[in-house]
Amino acid sequence: MNDDPVEHHPEDQPALTPLGIPRAETPDPNVIAVGPEMAVAEADVRWPEGGEVIKGRSLWQDAWRRLLKNKLAVFGLIVVIVIAIAAITGPWLIHKMLGFTPDYIPSNDVKLIKSFPPFTSPEGKFSWTHPMGTDNAGRDQFARVLQGGQISLFVGIISTLVSLLIGISYGAVAGYIGGRVDNLMMRLVDVLYSLPYLILVIVLLSMFRSQTPRGQLVLLFVALGSVSWLTMARIVRGQVLSLKNQEFVLAARATGVSTTRIIFRHLVPNTLGPVIVYATLTIPQVMLTEAFLSFLGFGVQAPLASWGSLAADGAQNIAIYPWQLIFPGVTMALTLFSLNFLGDGLRDALDPQMRTE
Amino acid sequence: MSSSNGHLLEVNNLRTYFETEDGVVKAVDGISFLLKRGETLGIVGESGSGKSVTNLSIIRLIPDPPGRIVSGEVIFDGQDILLLPPDEVRKIRGCRIAMIFQDPMTSLNPFLKISKQLMEVTQLHLGHSKGQAYEHAIDMLETVGIPDARARVDNYPHEFSGGMRQRVMIAMALSCKPELLIADEPTTALDVTIQAQILELIKKLKEETRTSVILITHDLGVVAGMTDHVIVMYAGKIFEQAKTTELFARPGNPYTKGLLRSVPDPTSEQGKLYQIPGSPPDVAHLPPGCPFAPRCERAEDICRREFPPFVELTRDHHSLCHFANEVFAASGGTPENVRV
Repeated sequence: MNDDPVEHHPEDQPALTPLGIPRAETPDPNVIAVGPEMAVAEADVRWPEGGEVIKGRSLWQDAWRRLLKNKLAVFGLIVVIVIAIAAITGPWLIHKMLGFTPDYIPSNDVKLIKSFPPFTSPEGKFSWTHPMGTDNAGRDQFARVLQGGQISLFVGIISTLVSLLIGISYGAVAGYIGGRVDNLMMRLVDVLYSLPYLILVIVLLSMFRSQTPRGQLVLLFVALGSVSWLTMARIVRGQVLSLKNQEFVLAARATGVSTTRIIFRHLVPNTLGPVIVYATLTIPQVMLTEAFLSFLGFGVQAPLASWGSLAADGAQNIAIYPWQLIFPGVTMALTLFSLNFLGDGLRDALDPQMRTE
Repeated sequence: MSSSNGHLLEVNNLRTYFETEDGVVKAVDGISFLLKRGETLGIVGESGSGKSVTNLSIIRLIPDPPGRIVSGEVIFDGQDILLLPPDEVRKIRGCRIAMIFQDPMTSLNPFLKISKQLMEVTQLHLGHSKGQAYEHAIDMLETVGIPDARARVDNYPHEFSGGMRQRVMIAMALSCKPELLIADEPTTALDVTIQAQILELIKKLKEETRTSVILITHDLGVVAGMTDHVIVMYAGKIFEQAKTTELFARPGNPYTKGLLRSVPDPTSEQGKLYQIPGSPPDVAHLPPGCPFAPRCERAEDICRREFPPFVELTRDHHSLCHFANEVFAASGGTPENVRV
């Protein structure tokens, strides 16, 4: 009679245990006699039938399934993916197929340097060449909207990554160390919070105004990232505060894990749920801010275009050439809607208790 | 590896206080004990008696603030842990002194695979490479009796039951062959049958490795079956200290007697379970006399006035009570040294 789970496969066991002590050949007579109640406890061992491994579903798989049940979120996900793919490959494809880049101005023919309506050739007939028409300089609006999407998405994602990087580190450190350090760090966040961030960004952008469009773009990332990490830091700190008193943190400390490792390997992964949700909602917010800044002329500079700068150009000619505003505007609105739907869906999926259904 | 007097751990006059708005809480107030290699020491007491704080103090994991180790020595293998720099203490934790916690449901990180958590320990302390650590993790899981360890090692904690998780915790604690294992109520959160398995496992591994064990519990049955020596704690102080067999046969302290009486006895037909009257004292505001006096059956005036002495009943048996000798005699013991 040997129901001890350790001894299930005596022939498979090495002669030495990992602790270097010879395995007892016969069961120790002093070891408890296994009574009938131990047989009940065997259920705990979960010996899989026929050697099959019990495959559990991970937390992420669960969340993914819940997300797929949310129609609006799936719609948002699809739209975002389609727009992202179109924005990334579109300008290149157009160049391959039709032979012009987003910033191509047909300077060899003065007749072409004017804004054509959508689906119209220079002769005024139906044409597939410019499905969104052209702008004042005769540049293809469709290519420009796609390229603008590239920049807008890029700004949104990079600035969000910057805010993630700063916000997570800052919030996690403040929350875990606590005490005076936490107080000091979070008061700084409060101070930055109380500053009107748009003015801050505008000041930053105009002070360090760059000569090249690319330099201006980098500056935009920095400016937007440096203001959008504040909420992230607060969210992460809150999460860490509630997590750090859990036993697994004490257990990690008792195994001699260093503070840095506890923060970044044990605590940060546990905050990912809310962080992902907030990051998805930060992307549209940053994109909107970028559009606003470009609209004011502080953002992306020509010949680069973003949805914001395209809309700004279009707004000047709204009465004569409405398509110059409508196309970038609608594309941007659609993207922002989709990202927000996706963010809401993710929140429901990652935090089922929060659901109000 | 050998230490002075063959003692692995020597705790002298340890005091850990917590500063609260309510005043200074003397959670551990002057604890001393010795632990030999291969021995098991049981610490029993009600909730809040300072059992866990004692052990967290030993590996310097008291949250500071508000906690503070005010005085004392914790001499582990000849070194006073309380005097070591934090980095040195971190090298001891998990490697030479390991801990198992009460609730296996919360003491594993829910976001990391079991393998990652087991590998972390050996990579950190034994300098294992990833591959070595992975194989070691599987070996350890086999040692603690997890079937099909190779397939299970990459599972997440929520895919394990409570008993299995406690086995994983034990595997993690024993990964570096610690010299001292501190088990803080390792079975409190488990049901009775799993409890027996886990205790047997600890006992077996302890015998194989000659690891010393400090077992914190409030279950006297566990103490009786597992330990060589017992410390009974109350209000941050040691009330009685003896060999396990001695303590159960001849308790020398009214509090221990009360604890022993409150263990349900399935053979007796008594309708009502005995309980010690009252509740544990507020450690922030202790009365001047014996902290147990308000609840004690044989308390007299002196108990409420003066703090009791720590009486040596026999060489290995001490009791904190004004009437230690009388209580000891009443349980059938003959005091060897009558010294007050």
